[in-house]
Amino acid sequence: MSGVRVLVGTRKGAFVLTSDGKRASWEIAGPHFGGWEIYHVKGSPVDQDRLYASQSTGWFGQKIQRSDDGGKTWEPVGSEFSYDGTTGTHQWYDGTPHPWEFARVWHLEPSLDDPDTVYAGVEDAGLFKSADGGATWAELAGLRTHKSGPEWAPGAGGMCLHTIVLDPAHEGRMFAAISAAGAFRSDDSGATWRPINKGLRSEYVPEPDADVGHCVHRIAMHPSRPEVLFMQKHWDVMRTDDAGETWYEISGDLPTDFGFPIAVHAHEPETVYVVPITSDSLHFPPDGKLRVYRSRTGGNEWQPLTAGLPQQDCYVNVLRDAMDVDSLEECGLYFGTTGGQVYASADAGDTWTAIAGNLPSVLSVEVQTLA
Amino acid sequence: MDSVVPGAHMDHAVPEARMDHRVELVTIRVVLPTHLRTLAGVNGEVALDVPASRAVTLRNALDALEACYPVLRGTMRDFGTGRRRAFVRFFACQQDLSHEPPDTVLPPAVQAGTEPLLVVGAVAGG
Repeated sequence: MSGVRVLVGTRKGAFVLTSDGKRASWEIAGPHFGGWEIYHVKGSPVDQDRLYASQSTGWFGQKIQRSDDGGKTWEPVGSEFSYDGTTGTHQWYDGTPHPWEFARVWHLEPSLDDPDTVYAGVEDAGLFKSADGGATWAELAGLRTHKSGPEWAPGAGGMCLHTIVLDPAHEGRMFAAISAAGAFRSDDSGATWRPINKGLRSEYVPEPDADVGHCVHRIAMHPSRPEVLFMQKHWDVMRTDDAGETWYEISGDLPTDFGFPIAVHAHEPETVYVVPITSDSLHFPPDGKLRVYRSRTGGNEWQPLTAGLPQQDCYVNVLRDAMDVDSLEECGLYFGTTGGQVYASADAGDTWTAIAGNLPSVLSVEVQTLA
Repeated sequence: MDSVVPGAHMDHAVPEARMDHRVELVTIRVVLPTHLRTLAGVNGEVALDVPASRAVTLRNALDALEACYPVLRGTMRDFGTGRRRAFVRFFACQQDLSHEPPDTVLPPAVQAGTEPLLVVGAVAGG
């Protein structure tokens, strides 16, 4: 029977939540790596038992862990992330040049066709690749060394490469997003990159339509239509229909267009989900009501989804990597909060249940649909 | 570190390169913080055999530790630069060695194995 595995990264360890295909009862395993910050855990799309986890603390630095049995046991693999060549500088918060310094891995993106190949998005913003199951890492330096690099500046959370999207249809095409530089595209497997931020407008930068400098929070794609991307920006929900050549706003009737995650329904490429957050100053849901918003029209018209979610006195946040979908016949949707709850919907968002209530603050949620 | 008997509750590791029986060895003791013990898969102190022919410095004690437990590479000192990580401290015999040069010779009691080198995670955060 099919099932679902939800990989949850938190401020104090990783948890693996499993259920059968009914998604009615859940077993929670963990914490793995208790006490460490687990920014991300993700499984290979071609080997459901191969998982990668980013484990770090400010004290002891970065570790990468690998599991070959679906998260039951783990093995530390390589964790040396050395920028390739001269690191150069980017802008610091005060506008002065600041040398690139590795801090942590924010996001791990396993290859679409090889379980031993995995990409890592890191802070300070850079993209690394391992082709040996995480044993060694080499930088794809074409992104960091883009001519705009010296202009990039960190967001409040650091200058992180937090989103990696692999195009399943166009060989060599991949997307990356950096706070606060913007979105970038490569058409040659990560060797060279160019900014794809035309149409983004950010009032918080001196030149609102600049090529770089936008605080992109998250990008999502439906694999059947890889030229269409959806973006949750710092403010604004955006869409492109031409693989990032131009973007247009689809915030429409959302109560606020600030937020972090964005996800696409597994079977309906025009059905999109966001979690509106009050503002950049108030990182909690408007009116204390935790609401996921769903658009079935590819944006602009949004419907609040509230059944089973707290509708009073709720002041949690949902971070950029903390929402995902399963691909069972009726699409399931999952997200985790900074309050340690993981909510699941087995009916595409119509109704919700807390499948974990008291975990540490959730940093990431990834979902595997098990054969 | 009173009442610690050298060798008791200890993981005893010998760097592969030093398993030459013609080399005289001394045993030094290292105490790791909880997270690094978990990562290295050790329970108590770590005992390291190092060559007796030269004085043991902070640098070669940590080198020996990382040689025995490669997973600890990068956790105490940065990859590349080898600089001590900001929130890691090295103590021994009531002395803070954290700001000493890496080639500082460890106190005689550490070299004799009667006192351990302490690797400490700074008290910070929540």
